[in-house]
Amino acid sequence: MSDVLILGGRVVDPASGVDDLRDIWLRDGRVAAVELPGGLKDVKAAETLDAAGCVVAPGFVDVHVHFREPGQTYKETIATGTKAAAAGGYTSVVMMPNTVPVNDSVATHEWMVDAARGAIVKLFTMPAATVGSMGEVLTDYAALVKAGAVGFTDDGKPVLEDAVMRAALLGAGRLGVPVSQHAEDTRLTGGCSMNAGPVAFRLGLRGMTVEAEARIVERDIRLLREIEKSDGVLAHLHVQHVSTARAMDAIRQAKAHGLHVTCEVAPHHFTLTDEAIGDYDTHAKMNPPLRDEADRMAMVAGLLDGTADCIATDHAPHAAHEKEVEFERAANGITGLETALGLALRVLHKANGMPLARVMGLMSAAPAGIVGLEGRGSLGVGSFGDVVIFDAGAEWVYEAAKGWSKSRNTPFDGAGMVGRVRGTLVEGRVVYKG
Amino acid sequence: MQGRFGYAKGSLLSVGDLSVAEVSAVLRVTAELEAMPRAERVKVLAGRTIALLFCESSTRTRTSFELAAKQLGATTTLVSDKSSSIEKGESLKDTGLTLRALGAECIILRHANSGAPYVLARTTGLPVLNAGDGMHEHPSQALLDLRTMLVRLFGVERAAFVNADSLRGVTVVITGDILHSRVARSNAMLLPRLGAKVLLCGPEALLPEDALGLGEGVEIVRDFDVALARAQVVMMLRIQKERLAGLELNLGEYVGRYQLNAERLAACVPGALVLHPGPMIRGLEIAGEVADGANSAIEDQVRHGLSVRSALLVRALGTGGFESVTV
Repeated sequence: MSDVLILGGRVVDPASGVDDLRDIWLRDGRVAAVELPGGLKDVKAAETLDAAGCVVAPGFVDVHVHFREPGQTYKETIATGTKAAAAGGYTSVVMMPNTVPVNDSVATHEWMVDAARGAIVKLFTMPAATVGSMGEVLTDYAALVKAGAVGFTDDGKPVLEDAVMRAALLGAGRLGVPVSQHAEDTRLTGGCSMNAGPVAFRLGLRGMTVEAEARIVERDIRLLREIEKSDGVLAHLHVQHVSTARAMDAIRQAKAHGLHVTCEVAPHHFTLTDEAIGDYDTHAKMNPPLRDEADRMAMVAGLLDGTADCIATDHAPHAAHEKEVEFERAANGITGLETALGLALRVLHKANGMPLARVMGLMSAAPAGIVGLEGRGSLGVGSFGDVVIFDAGAEWVYEAAKGWSKSRNTPFDGAGMVGRVRGTLVEGRVVYKG
Repeated sequence: MQGRFGYAKGSLLSVGDLSVAEVSAVLRVTAELEAMPRAERVKVLAGRTIALLFCESSTRTRTSFELAAKQLGATTTLVSDKSSSIEKGESLKDTGLTLRALGAECIILRHANSGAPYVLARTTGLPVLNAGDGMHEHPSQALLDLRTMLVRLFGVERAAFVNADSLRGVTVVITGDILHSRVARSNAMLLPRLGAKVLLCGPEALLPEDALGLGEGVEIVRDFDVALARAQVVMMLRIQKERLAGLELNLGEYVGRYQLNAERLAACVPGALVLHPGPMIRGLEIAGEVADGANSAIEDQVRHGLSVRSALLVRALGTGGFESVTV
């Protein structure tokens, strides 16, 4: 089995309160020891990695990726998607269910996590909250959780009907897993392709209002409160890719009232505004859309004050021909796994003063906790040997053409990044070296 | 050859692509071409090939671009979404590449999606003239509106040159369905750069406050009579039923508040120049007697369209002395 020493690095592991020089020994897929520098000099390991000058942190966990398999493997496969994940420092990813067919059954879930798919990082699934993600009939939550599902979502669209969402929250809550909601009142966003506001007006594009996101978040929070009162269940709502100040405020208040609400923010929402669309750049088109500067800063503030629990990429690969079209007809979404660390360090750590340990927590311990990944998101002794090693000071330029994803749809081609991944280990095995 | 935006030189995708000096150059060439004998004009683009790609219906724009190209001696081909392979699902990119392979040196595009000309310009590398894209822009319309105003307000001699002060003191009221109007956007972004004040007028549903983001020199005035009293020029817009997308309007109330009719014109601003980009719905946004009356420059607009679009074709194909200002 695996037997690796990682020596001389600065271990940043918020889960165990360590931020200092440490040597680490990974054995049989687990963290066997974390010692002061030199403390493991008598250990003879099969492989030794020199991490001098680098940060050694728990491997990142992404609770929101699209790997397009089965059904749309021209965009991405589980094999290529997990390679992109490893290159970005991710060791665990949670696959959304909007594949073809939709992942709404134990059979599809098991097919996805089968070793034959060739995943090189840990792959978890969040199956559909409703059959076919049609928003009507709940899937078999008990059977899916037993098979390994870490939550439920109809991502890409919201669970719109109050009664269905209430039943989803209650059912998932009783099993101790979250319902992860794409908060968009689609009754308000027909024909819309970007954020509502002056930029949309100038470009002649119909805009999604802040209200369309906030209304669903506020409705879901109301449902949580009702469920707590009438059913005595503290259900868990996870709000995906929050993009507006108003939704962030609603989540802040719900947390203050003790409700079990968590949320994620995507790197593009704390980095860019709708101005990035420029001349109808479809690589700046995603859902929820890029918002204005006040909303962007509200995402940064939410991450800084703890309202936002984690960073998730919403990695959404698309083929070139799906983006090289009229803006309104272009597919929503961008890739994100390989640029998340570079943007988080650039925008949150460097530009907004977030301590490195806090960034690490948002990318590992916190998301692992949201979806209940036991033994992941930490480098404590006994945890899985999921590790990222990166040069925190390295400034570099991302080139999409050199990426590992099968797709190139990113607004960050040519963008400056801070922090470069040098190595990624999953359960003690090196899966990426940069 | 790529210009400063990475698009082929001579492209016109937005009025924002043109500096004031370039607007002035377009007006100069417009005047030169208009003064040129027909036998001379037909040599200007002789042997050149221009494609018209019209994916949305059009009368004035299509005909004037086509006639302009023919009067300059170019060969034209017209492709429309109906009756072309676009109906079979061919993409805009592939349609453009096909036209390029057939020898088109410039494509004039009318399209229902905002921003479509950018896709065509990026994927073909050809000069593309935006002949109206969704709710975005209609730059050649704004230029012909400008020329119509200049000729009617100051005379034809002063219509061949503009600078940042040419429309100083001129207030233009644009009234109606601003939200869905590419004509309104192009005019509101062009005219203030020449010194004009643009007052946008219409109900909240058709004119959101976001319109103020179009730039300096643009104001919203909800009361049409108040706006008219300040105007030298009034431009009326059709309600675009095809783009209302579920929006419900009380037409009776709309007509009462925003129709330009003879009584309102006489009461508020009897001398104003009346424009309409067409198509107009008589009896709705404009009364027939105003459209046909002495203040109306609506047919002038159509005529100027032919000559302004001639100049844009000359510019697109890289002749006519534009080089000095398009660097």
